Amino acid sequence: MTLHTVNKSPFDRNSLESCLRFARQGHSVLLFEDGVYAAVKGTRFEGLVTEALKNNKIYVLLPDLEARGMRSDNIIDGLKTVDYAGFVDLAAESDRVQAWL
Amino acid sequence: MKFGILVNEGPYQHQASDSAYQFTKAALEKGHEIYRVFFYHDGVNNATRLTVPPQDDRHIVNRWSELGKQHNLDLVVCIAAAQRRGLLDENEAKRQGKDANNIAEGFRISGLGQLIEAGIQSDRLVVFGD
Repeated sequence: MTLHTVNKSPFDRNSLESCLRFARQGHSVLLFEDGVYAAVKGTRFEGLVTEALKNNKIYVLLPDLEARGMRSDNIIDGLKTVDYAGFVDLAAESDRVQAWL
Repeated sequence: MKFGILVNEGPYQHQASDSAYQFTKAALEKGHEIYRVFFYHDGVNNATRLTVPPQDDRHIVNRWSELGKQHNLDLVVCIAAAQRRGLLDENEAKRQGKDANNIAEGFRISGLGQLIEAGIQSDRLVVFGD
């Protein structure tokens, strides 16, 4: 299993879209840094993320979400929040980590 | 588990160096080993000891140096990327005929082979950048 990391807003780059196009069934995706903007409910990327949740687990780095003034109760249903220790666990559990820079 | 860390972005740019630091710290706290932290491209700017941020801001360079000292980390700066950006250690300053060096404590300058080796020796290579 691969952990994909996305660190840019989908409004800024297309790295999330590329990532979700290539991520295979059962792979995990971590949204961190400006990537957390993809996790918020009600944006035009909600459909993309909801669709991806059928095949992939998607995580959000909570400190980065909160640093941008957002709260975990306003993220898309099915997303899970992690802290840095959780990020380390995800990296350790996966066979490899693929950064979508 | 052995982690290799690659930092491709300078300090105070976006967040790559901060994320890499927080990840490294969390991994060490969980008892994992950090095989090496490799600074590449603008990431070499994380290693200049001339950095003087405002007092109420985090000191990214010193923070790496201190974590390195505390956990005996191998903090490696890419030589070609470093020379382009004016980052020198004592040896390189002498070799290039420069009057000073500016590498921070705990960092060392070496070649790209060190990144390849980190990729081979580590169980996971985690990349942070722009």
